Amino acid sequence: MTTPVFVGLDIGSSRTKVAVIDADREVLGHAVRKSGTDFTATAAACLDESLEMAGFRRDGIASAISTGYGRANVAFVTTRHKTEIGCLSRWGRDRFHGAITIIDIGGQDNKVIKLDPDGRRAGFKMNRKCAAGTGAFLEEMSMRLDIPLEAMDGLARQSQEMVKLGSYCTVFSATEVLENIRHGKKVPDIVKGLFYSVVRRVLEMDSHAGRVVMTGGVVAHNPYIVEMAGEMTGRPVLFPELPQLAGAIGAALYALDEADPIGIRNDIPAGETDG
Amino acid sequence: MAEEKKTTRKKIHAADTMNRIMADYFYGLNEAATTGKRKVAWCTSVGPAELLQALGFAVHFPENHAAMLGATRMSTDLIPAANAIGYSPDICSYLTADIGAYLSGITPLAKAYPGIKSVPKPDVLVYNTNQCRDVQDWMAWYSKKLGVPSIGVTSPKNVNEVTDAHIDDVTRQIEALIPTLEGIAGVKLDMDRLREAVSLSRECTELWKQVLETAKASPAPITFFDGTIHMGPAVVLRGTQQAIDYYKVLLAELEQRIRDGVAAVDGESSRIYWEGMPVWGRLRQHSELFANLKSTVLASTYCSSWIFPSFDGNDPIRSMAKAYLELFIVRSDRYKEKYIKEMIEKFRIDGIIYHDAKTCPYNSNSRYGLPGRVEADTGVPSLVISGDLNDLRCVSDEQTKTNVEAFIEQIAEGR
Repeated sequence: MTTPVFVGLDIGSSRTKVAVIDADREVLGHAVRKSGTDFTATAAACLDESLEMAGFRRDGIASAISTGYGRANVAFVTTRHKTEIGCLSRWGRDRFHGAITIIDIGGQDNKVIKLDPDGRRAGFKMNRKCAAGTGAFLEEMSMRLDIPLEAMDGLARQSQEMVKLGSYCTVFSATEVLENIRHGKKVPDIVKGLFYSVVRRVLEMDSHAGRVVMTGGVVAHNPYIVEMAGEMTGRPVLFPELPQLAGAIGAALYALDEADPIGIRNDIPAGETDG
Repeated sequence: MAEEKKTTRKKIHAADTMNRIMADYFYGLNEAATTGKRKVAWCTSVGPAELLQALGFAVHFPENHAAMLGATRMSTDLIPAANAIGYSPDICSYLTADIGAYLSGITPLAKAYPGIKSVPKPDVLVYNTNQCRDVQDWMAWYSKKLGVPSIGVTSPKNVNEVTDAHIDDVTRQIEALIPTLEGIAGVKLDMDRLREAVSLSRECTELWKQVLETAKASPAPITFFDGTIHMGPAVVLRGTQQAIDYYKVLLAELEQRIRDGVAAVDGESSRIYWEGMPVWGRLRQHSELFANLKSTVLASTYCSSWIFPSFDGNDPIRSMAKAYLELFIVRSDRYKEKYIKEMIEKFRIDGIIYHDAKTCPYNSNSRYGLPGRVEADTGVPSLVISGDLNDLRCVSDEQTKTNVEAFIEQIAEGR
């Protein structure tokens, strides 16, 4: 291979995501792993895995940008970084033309980012110092309920009579869950209640007129959350391709921007508009 | 964004002078308390300090002490001592840090000023609830603990326009304090001394305003973080000549910076307004965070709250009442919006950061929709960061950093 590739590394608190794109902004390779305690080693493994998928080696990287909590831990490939909010916005601008709200549910935090009709960031909000509505909340609850995280989506879909949880405090919610178990409520109904709680928390962070797309690991593994968000807002919420990779792809797009400062490629209409 | 060389803060040379006069002030207070040569009054930050000065009291400001506990990062370890006796972690962390420090027998004054062992024991506690209800509760605890009277002014709140009715009310309340204070001071109030104290406060306030307004220059010669330190004399020494002398020195240095084109932050590329309290235990980190992003936080509500244009030596008590009422924190959101919009224009602000301080609702102006309204009217973007003035358990450094970096990116990309 002679054409170079552009790499985005999103070192999140929970998962590390790497995306490899070409000059036409196509995703050629990607990988996701638990970030663990050695961010650098995980990022290296993810990088090599995604490069292999793309059919490239490290010497084919034209430019790379990192993002996420561990963005400074990948000096072996790049010292240039952007915030996750910036990368998600860059991804949103590329994938969806015009105004859109991006709701990202990550392991540790949530973000609501609004893009204006020109695709520029009009504003953003992050959750307060609170696990409510984050992946950490669902992880805690899966432990309490003794069910694997990956089983939650299927269980929630089986719910007949959703349990409503009132508190936005993870500790208080756990108590509520235990109380519901004691009262004989079914696990699928409780899991749907947990999903409902997550969606409520993120929707109440901001007002949501116009198009909404959801991203992040929680969304990738629990697409039912997107359907529920659609029901709650009264209109479809977009579920993109590779929702967990959105930040990494945004970082890769920034890497491409740097290699192509005139930005001609930014004007190429995106093939993917609503996933 | 490339990893950049860390920016260090530029030293303001007048700081040496300030440190000297602040040391004189604290040693003077200590002497008053330990020798009994002068009576000691504790006064909340915008309480009737001028009246206390005129009656000859040495004046200690508990909020200043609490801010020192925050800035030295002692507060987070001391707050739990107050929590344990029933003062919730959700209430003012100035109050809980200060009471926690007292319960633990600790003061940052002892470390900063050798020979000082404790905060000066008060003869009277004087509050003005123009700041919040917490100052009254704070003084009430010391009153019971130390067996000294706590007296003060109960201020109107959420005021749109300050009217004669408001001023009459507070004037009468200040006048009503005088007999008790005279009894404790052992002297009759000399109206000429009060006129002088109020006139000196007015002069101090005008100079402080000029200091802050040097930041209208581009690049700004001073940051909000510098301001929080250099406002010390305006807080504890208003009504005295020392504060005036100091601000003349500081102003001259800043004006020289402007003439020389010296920026507080090299390569200033965005100009930020800070709404709310500083995070005292993170002043340096926040200052460097913005400087590394080539962004200058150059104006704030907080530092500007020690500007009192209504002080008038010819009508001392009534003008004190008016000045204490015109304070930002006393006012309605309607007034606050207008004020912030004027500040945006005056300082040519690119973005506003609202600090939502967990334990200080009165200084957290992001909770009733104000940022959205100001942004809609001005088009100037805003960011709300969660934190606290003194309780670092409520501060997430990583979240703050990500939020601020993303905000400065947004401002840059919006151009």
